[in-house]
Amino acid sequence: MEAPDPRKTPIPGVDRRTFIKVGGAVGLAAAAGGLEGILAAGRAPVYAQATKLHIVRWVDFIPEADVELKRQAPEAGKALGAEVTFEFINANDLQARITAAIQSGSGADIIQMLWNWPHLYQSALIDVSDVAEPIGKAQNGFYDVFNATAKVGGKWLAVPHGITGNTVAYRRSWHKEIGVTEFPKTWDEWRKVGTALKKKGKPVGQALGHSFGDPPTFSYPLLWSFGGAETDASGKKVVINSKGTVDSLKFMQAFWKEACDEGGLAWDDTNNNRAFHASDISATLNGASIYIVAKRQKDKIKDEKGEPLWQDIEHAPLPGGPAGQFSMFLPFQHSVMKYSKNQKLAKDFLKWLHAKENYEKWFQSNEAYSVGSTKVWEDHAMWSKVDKPLQMYQRAARLTRTLGHAGPATAKATESYTKYIIVDMYANAMKGMKAEDAAKWAEGELKKIYEA
Amino acid sequence: MEVALPHPGASQRQPLARFLENERLLAFVLLTPAVVLLGVFIAYPFVMGVWLSLSSTRVGNPGHFVGLKNFLKAWDDSIFQMAFRNTFFYTFWATIFKLSLGMWLALLLNRHFRGKRIVRASMLLPFIFPTVLSTFAWRWMFDPTFSVLNWTLYQAGLITTKVPWLSDSAYALWCAIVINTWRGMPFFAITLLAGLQTINPDLHEAASLDGANAWRRFRHVTWPLLKPVTIVVVVFSVIQTFSDFQLIYVLTGGGPANSTHLVATYAYQIGVATGLLGEGAAISLFMLPVLFFVVWIQLRYLRRLEGA
Repeated sequence: MEAPDPRKTPIPGVDRRTFIKVGGAVGLAAAAGGLEGILAAGRAPVYAQATKLHIVRWVDFIPEADVELKRQAPEAGKALGAEVTFEFINANDLQARITAAIQSGSGADIIQMLWNWPHLYQSALIDVSDVAEPIGKAQNGFYDVFNATAKVGGKWLAVPHGITGNTVAYRRSWHKEIGVTEFPKTWDEWRKVGTALKKKGKPVGQALGHSFGDPPTFSYPLLWSFGGAETDASGKKVVINSKGTVDSLKFMQAFWKEACDEGGLAWDDTNNNRAFHASDISATLNGASIYIVAKRQKDKIKDEKGEPLWQDIEHAPLPGGPAGQFSMFLPFQHSVMKYSKNQKLAKDFLKWLHAKENYEKWFQSNEAYSVGSTKVWEDHAMWSKVDKPLQMYQRAARLTRTLGHAGPATAKATESYTKYIIVDMYANAMKGMKAEDAAKWAEGELKKIYEA
Repeated sequence: MEVALPHPGASQRQPLARFLENERLLAFVLLTPAVVLLGVFIAYPFVMGVWLSLSSTRVGNPGHFVGLKNFLKAWDDSIFQMAFRNTFFYTFWATIFKLSLGMWLALLLNRHFRGKRIVRASMLLPFIFPTVLSTFAWRWMFDPTFSVLNWTLYQAGLITTKVPWLSDSAYALWCAIVINTWRGMPFFAITLLAGLQTINPDLHEAASLDGANAWRRFRHVTWPLLKPVTIVVVVFSVIQTFSDFQLIYVLTGGGPANSTHLVATYAYQIGVATGLLGEGAAISLFMLPVLFFVVWIQLRYLRRLEGA
């Protein structure tokens, strides 16, 4: 073994004498004069030389998607000459984190924005049209929903990243047992099927608690399918207290009692996944994560016969009502914060992230749970390999509505969503409030937002 | 003969000595760090909170002065009214339970028995355990689908259908009260125990000799001497319980349908999650006059007790 040379230093090519001189000068200068001292010494400390890029995102329901992004971080760092760090937090905590960052003027350089949040935080975000436009142009265009969610006043305030679809995940065999081979297409049919299944101890499970995803993605389309809406097309007049809304509330009161697990009032976005995997519920509106996780953990997640559960899961669109059949998928995008000192780097990173060879790996790790933000990904080879229940997500993002319908998806629509007014309108009716009173309550709350 | 020579530094120390002898100046110097800390960490946030409550500040927008508009809007808000009522209900019952159970526990622990020290130490566990973690554990126990309590009750044949612990408004707030009591009771017990140990045993002995039974000894000896400590503990507990946030945030997030929101959690939802900072600040400031009044009444009573 070679004996250590006492003259060697941690920096190649620098002998001990020089190292002590420079190090001492930097140390003394730092102690005596702080930053000015460091500058006077003519050398920055090593830790200050690397630029760091900090990205905050939700904890994905598909863990492999987060693993892929984490894996890509050093690759991006190498390509951009910076240290790229992902931080994953609970989706329900994202808004609090954004508010704190904006008000303190410090925090992550890039933050994931769900729904149409760029409208709510528009004054704190920079224009990223120079990043978004070329991506859209090169990839057959973004889905229409992003024009409403990520574009504010004609400028892209976020680069669309993906859409999480949702469908009703249901147990094929349990439905077959009661003679149902095709999932109900209308709410009334689902009520009959759900009632029969609940009698057998296999209710429908639906989250109606204060949570970011499943409760609103169920409540809004239900409202629309009966002809209800928060506002008229101008977005300035509240029209929630309508016959359609009251009908939907009356339907839901009966559906809840006869067909659903009434514990759903306290459920968040994770409860129905766990309940489905535990064979406690027959159907639930959810992203494809129930199916994908059940398949990826087939040795752990089994049905009551001990068989892998994923084999018995089928997907169907949310049923329709008298006014039609609608979906509300979850669009998400990345915004660069105005306070960030690394705005150019942040934009470069987003370009890197959306480069086909990088984006493709993240896209594939999702296996249809989240689909691409641009239409080009509809033609990806992955779709020919994914299982049948997942194939319905291939083009589904074209059809989604979003918050604020029938008006524009403004910051007021985000405010209403964040206050859970539509979700709570249904929850109030489930708790025993008369349907008419629940609609009236929602009208009062929405007027404070849209007509104030 | 030795001659005492003046110390070379003595003349230099004189100004310092003079400075130290000036009580006003010294008091100023000694108080400055505390005043600065109070100013930075208490006065500044408080003044900022008051300013925000009087402004239309939204996330990313400084806003402008709107007078009492935010307060009037909150007062007219049905969810705020429910949260305000819930906060009183929650604080009242949680404090009653913590006080009665804490007193009972303190009286038991004041006796001599084997393993007393271990019992006293373990009693503090709920108090020292982080609220978020313990509330997560309770949330699991009250889970609408996988509740271990429901499972136990079902296996014991006491229920045939699930008890909707967190999905029914009436149950949910009581569940929160139970958890708050579980967590806060050790604070009452340990403080009251400390108070009990300052009571001279001779007083109890004398009362016993006079024929007083256990209840009369508690009523006429223990309680009057323990009253000042009890009032202080209740003041602290009311302040903490009235402004509770973590427990509800983790347990129910204010649901179902806002029925478990407290003023603090609703202020958070409006101010931080929705970004309406002015309105959120106004909602949270509704707690101030209530707490001020409670503290004033209790401290006034305490002062009267001390003067008696």
